Amino acid sequence: MSDITPEITLSARNLTRFFGGQQIIHNVSLALRRGEVLGLLGHNGAGKSTTLQMLTGCLQPDGGTIEICSVDLLRHPTQAKQHLGYLPEIPPLYRELNTDDYLTFAARLRGIGKADIAAALTQAKQRCGLESVGKKIISTLSKGYQQRVGIAQAIIHNPAVIVLDEPTVGLDPAQIRDIRTLIRELGNHSSVILSTHLLTEVESLCDRVEIMQKGKLIYGDTTARLANYNGEPNQLEANFIRITEQETAANAASATSDPAATDADAPQGSTEK
Amino acid sequence: MIRLIAMRELRSLFSLPSSWFIFAVLQFIFAWFFLGRLDAFLELQPQFAQLANPPGVTITIAAPIFNTIALLLMMLIPMYTMRLIAEERRNQTLQLLLSAPLSDTHIALGKFFGLLLFLAILTVSVPVMLYSMSLGTSLDHGLMLSNMLGLLLLTASFVALGLYISALTSQPIIAAIGTLAVLVGLWLADIGATAADSPWHAISPLNRFQSFNAGLLDSSDTLFFVLFTGVFLLLTIRRLRNNRIYG
Repeated sequence: MSDITPEITLSARNLTRFFGGQQIIHNVSLALRRGEVLGLLGHNGAGKSTTLQMLTGCLQPDGGTIEICSVDLLRHPTQAKQHLGYLPEIPPLYRELNTDDYLTFAARLRGIGKADIAAALTQAKQRCGLESVGKKIISTLSKGYQQRVGIAQAIIHNPAVIVLDEPTVGLDPAQIRDIRTLIRELGNHSSVILSTHLLTEVESLCDRVEIMQKGKLIYGDTTARLANYNGEPNQLEANFIRITEQETAANAASATSDPAATDADAPQGSTEK
Repeated sequence: MIRLIAMRELRSLFSLPSSWFIFAVLQFIFAWFFLGRLDAFLELQPQFAQLANPPGVTITIAAPIFNTIALLLMMLIPMYTMRLIAEERRNQTLQLLLSAPLSDTHIALGKFFGLLLFLAILTVSVPVMLYSMSLGTSLDHGLMLSNMLGLLLLTASFVALGLYISALTSQPIIAAIGTLAVLVGLWLADIGATAADSPWHAISPLNRFQSFNAGLLDSSDTLFFVLFTGVFLLLTIRRLRNNRIYG
């Protein structure tokens, strides 16, 4: 820990979101400092992807505010999004283009001038290990390379906030290791927020963890403290399960005492696409 | 930003093998029409010579060709517009645009101009072929210009309509069938209405094209195309905004 606290790059307050009358996200608040890697942990359908979509401006929250580098995302979306890099669950690739053309398009889209394109392209390709596939059509690349191209488009403009939705899903162990190294490296300069349901990923990557269940943040602390939660050291997995089960039990208890609360805890299969 | 998106659209279209196939087939069809009309004109020429005020080469060859191309475009444009937004939504590439620092207007206009430019390249061979006749005869430039302008306005209105329908769905094929249904529906309603003052004539783009086809620059027809295109572009922008609100 250094003496100077780095500035807050991403802050979200009281985000709520409804889908068809059902509340999917309940008062989610997050803050992220420069140089921090935050893991958003949760079961499938917990609302992780929906939250990330709101943080990146793809989905409008029904309530709450989001600030990226002190710019209000909802009021000034264009300025705020310049500081943002986003890798959705499925990488947003134009598969008929070659890697260089695609990354050039992604860089220009984020407002990088013509003169700086070549340098940005070289750096992004070098960081993601894409030097050898620059002229290849994206549809001919393997899944691992496609995922890397997806990460490259998110970091090509050196954004202050990088949002990664399950970045290592579907990769082989060697690729997972490479990508984790890259994410750690990115976390030195930018803020990274990544969603995952893999506990090992959180353990090896994240400074902080937020556990999400049924659209609520139920636990937030540093990774080290989650691992030692309840006084038992290095029990990340057991502690994660314990916390989520406690929450389920608490919900069930409140539901029986207050029938009106069942609405909010109804199944929410539609949150994760 | 609009130019950037338009150029990306164009680049993607040209990197699809199917585009080049359609390109080749269309050039063949255009050339075949041209040859057919030219042949018919040469056969009729001796009879024309006996008339006091014979129709010129432009009105007998160029105008019918432009009319046929307008019909062809009606069938063809839905195949291109279906991809514009529906496919981006299905492939999840729309999220790249939505999370990038640009507005919904940029996305809609970029896609609109990208495809319009592509279709202009696709059909540019037609005026080139027709102007090749000026080697042997003199053409009516006014009629040619009004036809080209009319075809451009017609194409723009079709593309705007297709863009909007593509923004409504995540299934490209539904977007294609939907656009085709609306365009053919407007056309059939137009040719099926017998009364001269039927409102169906007024709202049919192909009917509005007829005055351009005859060499008439009617301001009300021009205004119709501008409004038709503008309304559907605005609806597309609105739909993209709602996309963020309703998910």
